[in-house]
Amino acid sequence: MMDRESPVTEDELHAFVDGELPADRQAAVEAWLAAHPEDAARVSTWRAQSESIKARYAGIALEPVPARLELARLRRLERRWTRAAAAAVIAAFLIGGLLGWFGREMVEGGSVLGKTLTTDAIDAHKLYVVEVRHPVEVPGAEAAHLVQWLSKRLGYDLRAPDLAAIGLKLVGGRLLPGPSGAAGFLMYEGPSGERFTLYSARWDAPETALRYRDAGQIAAFYWVDSNRAYVMSGPADRDRLRMIAQSAYDQLETRGPGKGSS
Amino acid sequence: MSAFAKDLEATIPALRRYARALTRDAEIADDLVQDTLVRALRSQHLFHGGDVRSWLYTILTNLNRNRLRSLARRPALSPLGDADAPQMAGPEAGGRDIERALAALVEDQRSALLLVVLEGLSYREVAEVQGVPIGTVMSRLARARADQILSRRRAPRAPSREMNEGRSQ
Repeated sequence: MMDRESPVTEDELHAFVDGELPADRQAAVEAWLAAHPEDAARVSTWRAQSESIKARYAGIALEPVPARLELARLRRLERRWTRAAAAAVIAAFLIGGLLGWFGREMVEGGSVLGKTLTTDAIDAHKLYVVEVRHPVEVPGAEAAHLVQWLSKRLGYDLRAPDLAAIGLKLVGGRLLPGPSGAAGFLMYEGPSGERFTLYSARWDAPETALRYRDAGQIAAFYWVDSNRAYVMSGPADRDRLRMIAQSAYDQLETRGPGKGSS
Repeated sequence: MSAFAKDLEATIPALRRYARALTRDAEIADDLVQDTLVRALRSQHLFHGGDVRSWLYTILTNLNRNRLRSLARRPALSPLGDADAPQMAGPEAGGRDIERALAALVEDQRSALLLVVLEGLSYREVAEVQGVPIGTVMSRLARARADQILSRRRAPRAPSREMNEGRSQ
């Protein structure tokens, strides 16, 4: 039996507000509050505080989880790092033929380009390909203007590869923030509405050949040429994507003939 | 392991909410959540049963404490951006008040208050997360609430409602 008038502690008032008060003290605290308006006012203020904190932040938990926090993706990155680290350890012991193989794995998995730039490109791809009304800032009909504008902002000559031969038409493009300054973003569309995007930004790194990166539903081929990085992203059909990336690669290669539309 | 992954996945929205309230910056908050998840995945083998959720709150709370410490060592770089303000509809003004009030709190008090009020952890769980006795959690909570009152002095009072709540059975 609790004395209904036994003094109530400050801790109990908090516990009352937070639903942590033992059941056998509930009545005592309620009686106390009825008799002590000042404490009742404090309790009420605390409740109001709690409510406004919830009102302000509860919605965050209802937002879709951003792609970069997807567990599968983080785990893949993790695994790749682990594999790269393991490869590095093994490579330190195994000199010779094996070294080359593990070394290659390490470079591909752990390369900064493979991680950050393609992540940016794939994120942009995911963000914009679903747009129906505003997928691009400048439509493909104004290709010459688009290419001129992007080139000016990028500080190098970005051409829009002509992919009509493999059934893709230029939807248009937009300017995006890149790893160091601006990035150019071109979108292509195939006969059944599937979209591919080419992302390009300045990137001071040695030249590479085409490299593949799988990001679940979406995949990308990326390469570096004359300190410019390119990422071709699209639905994860590796053979088709390779063909498209190869065609863009051939047209964009600085020493190549340059059949682009600029 | 798959149960672990499922628990991890299910906690991400709550972690984002907690991190956002803790940092009041969308970008920093998601960075914190990402670091928390990566760390959890990496030390999965160290986790032997128990509540995954509490464990994740612990990691995030510690990472944020480290972040603030390293920030304090660097001069004048205060991230006060409110990236998601335009999304706020009705309680916009109240939301701003709350952000300011939270910003004014000491980190351990802010974390205690948010874990209880926003995340619904019990006092005992908060004590575990913060690695302190329950008594310390209680005093942090009391300080946080008192300080919040100070910063919200101008809030209009509603005596009749207060009395009703006080008496509610």
